[in-house]
Amino acid sequence: MKGLRRYLDKIKPAFEKGGKLEKLHSTFEAIEAFIFVSNRVTLTGSHIRDAVDLKRTMSIVVLALMPPLLFGMWNVGYQHFIANGMEASLWQNFWFGFLQVLPIVIVSYVTGLAIEFGFAQARGHEVNEGFLVTGMLIPLIMPPDVPLWMVAVSTAFAVIFGKEVFGGTGMNILNPALTARAFLFFAYPKEMSGDKVWIVDKPDAFSGATPMGDAMIDQVDKIPSPMDMFLGFIPGSVGETSTVAIIIGALILLFTGVASWRIMLSVVVGGLVMGWIFNLLALNEYMLIPAWEHLIMGGFAFGAVYMATDPVTATQTIKGKYIYGFLIGFFAVMVRVFNPAFPEGMMMAILFMNVFAPLIDHYVVQANIRKRRKRWQKKGIPDV
Amino acid sequence: MSAEIKETEPLFSPKNRKLLSIPLNRDNPITMQVLGVCSALAVTAKLEPSVVMALSVVFVLGVGNVVISLLRKTIPPRIRIIVQLTVIATLVILVDQFLLAFAYDVSRQLSVFVGLIITNCIIMGRFEAFGMANKPWPSFLDGIGNALGYGWILIAVGFFRELLGSGTLWGYPVLEKIGLYSTGYENNGMMILPPMALIVVGIIIWVQRSRERDLIEEN
Repeated sequence: MKGLRRYLDKIKPAFEKGGKLEKLHSTFEAIEAFIFVSNRVTLTGSHIRDAVDLKRTMSIVVLALMPPLLFGMWNVGYQHFIANGMEASLWQNFWFGFLQVLPIVIVSYVTGLAIEFGFAQARGHEVNEGFLVTGMLIPLIMPPDVPLWMVAVSTAFAVIFGKEVFGGTGMNILNPALTARAFLFFAYPKEMSGDKVWIVDKPDAFSGATPMGDAMIDQVDKIPSPMDMFLGFIPGSVGETSTVAIIIGALILLFTGVASWRIMLSVVVGGLVMGWIFNLLALNEYMLIPAWEHLIMGGFAFGAVYMATDPVTATQTIKGKYIYGFLIGFFAVMVRVFNPAFPEGMMMAILFMNVFAPLIDHYVVQANIRKRRKRWQKKGIPDV
Repeated sequence: MSAEIKETEPLFSPKNRKLLSIPLNRDNPITMQVLGVCSALAVTAKLEPSVVMALSVVFVLGVGNVVISLLRKTIPPRIRIIVQLTVIATLVILVDQFLLAFAYDVSRQLSVFVGLIITNCIIMGRFEAFGMANKPWPSFLDGIGNALGYGWILIAVGFFRELLGSGTLWGYPVLEKIGLYSTGYENNGMMILPPMALIVVGIIIWVQRSRERDLIEEN
């Protein structure tokens, strides 16, 4: 570590103003900040800086993504061997899934970071750590069998049109990882739906439908047992099958205070409310499944914990967070049950509410201003 | 006599040439004035209808601007919009009937959008802004210039959408011939959907403004 520090110190002058490699300045700074704590000193304004910067926050989210990732790797192997009628040990399962998922992770990171570095160079600003989380989220919401070039194309689309056109990290309207998935969903529907893509090398005779797929074609009785769905022994996108692993991640996020508990809670409440409404309506079999079962099916839990809580695209006000979260859960279940074109509604619901988040914030702020004005008027103090 | 000779300027004087060239880039109807975007989204899923649409608009706008310019002194200002609409409608019906007679398939693809050239804001805009106040020849150049500015965007968008969305160009399976599908490539279904036309137009605008930075609006 010390040697590395010395080496960086030695080459640093070349990247500073007037140096030979001044143009690559932002790349150098990104690498330095990634390995070491930034030693930059503030020149004006407040001099006390919190130790929790963007880098730390992002690292915690990546850490919280480990349980679903590791379980997902194991499950990819497990589903593959089950479908092919083979017995496999824990390690064989994991190793197969590891080899399947790792390339997706690498492609996602390489594509996304290359574009981020390129834009930072061209615009002359620092490389943000924002992509560290996006790059990990993308593989987790892909089908395990997705062709790698499609991962690259959709990652590129998401980073450029979901993020960079709006000004980079912190400026985006839509969640970049979900933008990638939505792009894949609309551009290459064959690879993203049906029952072929959720298990690697699935033999034709084996039904590989996900619970969502079964429910959509009115085969509600085929949905796996709640216990299987809760633990995650079902086919699906890499990281979203196991609710247990996601809950472990959620606890990490909540304990460290990185994600908003208000949003998570209200997403769950929103989903339950819509589920109960459907139970009351009871027009078809799908509407009859218990409301809580919606929470462990499909990408609901994953979306609620990792996607809806994205601080950039969510609402900023406290009241706004409750409204935002509630509507995500509400719409996710509604799209699932009502819309025959989309087996899963979580992606649509979150992207939809991302667009509405600034509007919600606006009205919450306006309502607060009106309330305070009324209080003043009651006291007889005139408007300023 | 000598005064009259001074007034006639050459047909392609620098000023007249500018009428043709400025709408192609710096004052493009779609990317700068943001007019006629609806048809740019609707007809550009394939290259062929894009080209036909572009040619139709070139005809309507070029001829129409001359007609309006010739009539400009006789049109009473209070009913000028109705007169302009009559001229456009006449020309659009001509185009429509021509397409029905000689290019039936394309006409079917364009369907209602040929008729909707009438409502294309670019045409009305040029009549009002230029034809009503200028002589026939500059009006003709202005009409052609704006229509071409509109047309090249349409053709560019149509080119990329057909190539990436259907893997063909003018109906010819380009990507299949060069053997791209055997490597695992698939057509991008999103390219055929209208939102992608908006994104492609957005990319063109992005490229244009980063090449000519003074076009970037302050807000």
